[in-house]
Amino acid sequence: MNIQKMTIFGGRSKSGLPEPVQRLDLNMGDVVSIVGSTGAGKTTLINDIELFADANTPTGRRLLINGEKPPAEYRDNPACNPIALITQHTTFLSDLPVGEFLTIHANIRSKDKSQIEDLVTRTLAFANQLTGEPVQPLIRMTELSGGQTRALLIADATIICNTPIVLLDEVENAGINRNRAIELLRQYRKIFIFVTHDPRIALLSDYRIVVKDGSISDVFHTDEIERKCGERVSVLDDALTNLRNQLRRGERLSQAELESITCA
Amino acid sequence: MRLVICAGPATTGKTAVLRNIIRRLLESGNRPAFLKIDVQYAEEDEQIAKEFNIPTKKTYSGELCPDHCGVMVLGDAMLWAKKENCQVLLVETAGLCLRCAPYVDGGLGMVVLEATSGMNLPLKVGPMLSLADIAVVTKIDRVSQAEREVFRARIQDVAPKVRIHEVNALQGIGIDPLVERVLATPPAPERMFLRGTPPVGTCTICVGKKEVGWQAHFGVVRPLDQQTFYRGE
Ligand SMILES: Nc1nc2c(ncn2[C@@H]2O[C@H](COP(=O)(O)OP(=O)(O)OP(=O)(O)O)[C@@H](O)[C@H]2O)c(=O)[nH]1
Ligand SMILES: [Mg+2]
Ligand SMILES: [Zn+2]
Repeated sequence: MNIQKMTIFGGRSKSGLPEPVQRLDLNMGDVVSIVGSTGAGKTTLINDIELFADANTPTGRRLLINGEKPPAEYRDNPACNPIALITQHTTFLSDLPVGEFLTIHANIRSKDKSQIEDLVTRTLAFANQLTGEPVQPLIRMTELSGGQTRALLIADATIICNTPIVLLDEVENAGINRNRAIELLRQYRKIFIFVTHDPRIALLSDYRIVVKDGSISDVFHTDEIERKCGERVSVLDDALTNLRNQLRRGERLSQAELESITCA
Repeated sequence: MRLVICAGPATTGKTAVLRNIIRRLLESGNRPAFLKIDVQYAEEDEQIAKEFNIPTKKTYSGELCPDHCGVMVLGDAMLWAKKENCQVLLVETAGLCLRCAPYVDGGLGMVVLEATSGMNLPLKVGPMLSLADIAVVTKIDRVSQAEREVFRARIQDVAPKVRIHEVNALQGIGIDPLVERVLATPPAPERMFLRGTPPVGTCTICVGKKEVGWQAHFGVVRPLDQQTFYRGE
């Protein structure tokens, strides 16, 4: 099935009130964030999406695909599931070399065997644009750093799985070039949904879904002003990262340096 | 009485899956009974009785293979569940024996495997998987999408007819289709038979001949280089 659009119809909040946002359309190509404080119901929203909720979950939300009830096979046959999920607990367990591992996966996914090598090469290239530490085909999966692992998880889900919807549930960003990541993801026509506490990702998204008391309370499109703010936030964030690295390297910090950062 | 037999290696999430199923069965007005068969230790019966207030029991197989122990006790268990006014009997059994499987014709055979156990596991579990009706893959929240897909493909290689269901038993994701399968299972027949052929249960070593080397034994003998071995079917 060619997915064009996913629609979420609102249900009830934790306190039983109707969900403020009663309808939300997510279109192919959208990069979306879900924001909200801890316990607000972000993961519940992700679960509703994963379950293709049909007023049968505690929230009472309903999901439509292309304006229709999703086919039963999405739920009943994992091979037809259009969603790839990466959570903060998701990791690779295999100890195979990266290249071999990706080849096994590509062989399962791709009917056209002449494509395998190309898929693996593209996945590695994609991962290597997300992380500064090169992922080589011969390193073992278990030797990958946190940043490399996350880069490869995202690259593999995007290129080899190639599912139309990718959910990223509080995937830690350390070691990932976020501006580059979002720029790259935009080249693929998919719906990317980030559950995130990272202001940078939130401001780089097309829009953000705000969750409060178990409900979607607002949907904010990132406007021109926020986009500009986002650039400043990126600079501040980079400055803070540099500062962190400086301390890590065992260096001292001067008043002047701190001033130059905070005035950036 | 509907019969569901749930097998799987240790700590794969059998109880977690059954808990979710029990909750939904109760919500839909179906009362299940729960039986746990284990070798030497189990406490699920007490936990589940406390949590759901349904009839539960456990039995230890001790020196018997738990799957064979099931054959011995299942007749009694069906009568017990009936007397307790239940509509479904859920049996959780330790999948320790990789040569046989506990499923019964006329009951739903469910193997629970964890996605975290490595991509080759489906190739190692034998009839516990190949004779099942459905394979439930748990802990999908813990592994990469890639490993999930390879795991699934490996199951399908070994057991092409088994229906695969992926679940996150902690969040209750993927449970509804399982409940539908349970409710679609017809009542178990009066006389029941173990599915597939059990493997040879006794060899001369079992009965106490301890001398090393197949030349010292008779019946089923197995030289090192003989690679064909009994698969239970
Ligand atoms: N993350 C995650 N953990 C799970 C899932 N399913 C089960 N678990 C955890 O895995 C552990 C073992 O689960 P059980 O349900 O006790 O496993 P079991 O197969 O009944 O174990 P035994 O009866 O002792 O062989 C528990 O800590 C569960 O909380 C799942 O889908 N995801
Ligand atoms: Mg158990
Ligand atoms: Zn056995």
